Amino acid sequence: MSSLILVVSAILVIFMIVGAVVTIHARDLLVAIIASAIVDLVLAVLFYILQAPDVAITQASIMGGLTTAIFLVVIKKTERYEQ
Amino acid sequence: MIKKAFALLLVVIIAIFLSVTFAKIPFGYPKTVVGKYYLDHGVKDLGGVNIVTSIVVLYRGFDTLGEVTVLFLAATGLGMVLAGLREKDEKKRKKTPPSLIMRTETKLLFPMTILFGAYIFIHGHLTPGGGFPGGVVIASAFLLMFLSHKKWEAKEKYTKITEALAGMTYVVIGLIGLYVAGSFLENFLPKGVPGNLFSAGIIPLIYTAIGFKVGSELTGLLQNLRETTE
Amino acid sequence: MIYGQVIFYGASVALFAIGLYAILVKRNLIKILLGLSLIEGAVNLFLINIGYIWGKTAPILSNKELLAHPSAKAVDPVPQALVLTAIVIGVAVTALALSIIMRIYETHGTLNVDKIKELRW
Repeated sequence: MSSLILVVSAILVIFMIVGAVVTIHARDLLVAIIASAIVDLVLAVLFYILQAPDVAITQASIMGGLTTAIFLVVIKKTERYEQ
Repeated sequence: MIKKAFALLLVVIIAIFLSVTFAKIPFGYPKTVVGKYYLDHGVKDLGGVNIVTSIVVLYRGFDTLGEVTVLFLAATGLGMVLAGLREKDEKKRKKTPPSLIMRTETKLLFPMTILFGAYIFIHGHLTPGGGFPGGVVIASAFLLMFLSHKKWEAKEKYTKITEALAGMTYVVIGLIGLYVAGSFLENFLPKGVPGNLFSAGIIPLIYTAIGFKVGSELTGLLQNLRETTE
Repeated sequence: MIYGQVIFYGASVALFAIGLYAILVKRNLIKILLGLSLIEGAVNLFLINIGYIWGKTAPILSNKELLAHPSAKAVDPVPQALVLTAIVIGVAVTALALSIIMRIYETHGTLNVDKIKELRW
């Protein structure tokens, strides 16, 4: 792992932490769910950097795709804004 | 406010303890012996090039069978919990139908997405991927159709039959291994040349079964969720 | 070399702390579930961190050089297999929890935990 990749992964980690903070602070649940999907996709890139391509492809398709879709269906059914 | 402050204090204390613990774990040095064994003997024992797949399907095959069972139970439980759910306040939201571009494009994309999912699970022993992501890609193709066509639906009969047949295939392959090779889920096919498509014994068969099972299960789950929202 | 430890373990600890804060403080059921999902990601990242080895490549032995000396050239595959299982179990648990949340909303008309006080069906 060269130093360039370390710098890139540091930037990605900062991005991910910002996404996590947005996830728990947004009043609008739609924003929270999209931010959570961003966190999951950045995690997939980190898994790829850590030489785990199997886990990366699984994380991107399952957590980034399907779980987000199920969450969106549920907030459509219930309510969108957190009181 | 006081509650938030206490929670923040607790979280900070836990984070400090975790950091102190993790500082003692060296990053980037080999730690387990069993991983070294799998890497050195995996190709000779089983013939699969992707060692992670070999571990998931054959070395730890029981674990994967249990995992598939958990997924099945969760999908069934979701159907059971949601059965008969009705929207109480009939909010008459004005629903705009999907546009012409989306309908046409998804019709084109649907077979290609399914083909891509099948590619992922058939090449599970050669490239990254496998039955679980392949099944999820197939389910996402159905999700696209659900989003763009209001009337289109996946018949529950067919998803259930596919799922049952795939799960049965998995167990039957395990039982044949018990009869021929002496233990449950043991490899009984020739190993072939490592790196070829037809190699690695029963790994491609099992991953194909898992792909069909996961795909039909998640499609049924999405169909259940969709019926309650409309 | 110390930077890798700080970055990757630090990311895992930070995600865990943020998710735990969400579970402790937030009152909305969907927010609590999102916090659980963050914690799950943190634990998966930590397990993959354990398996990483400096300068080695992924455990897919696709050329002759790798096939000759696998354990000298590839990272530890065991944590990766564990995490692969954990992610799939995670989506099953999340879907079941969301269906129960939908039932709670049907019965009580709210997602706020403080307002769902009476434990009746």
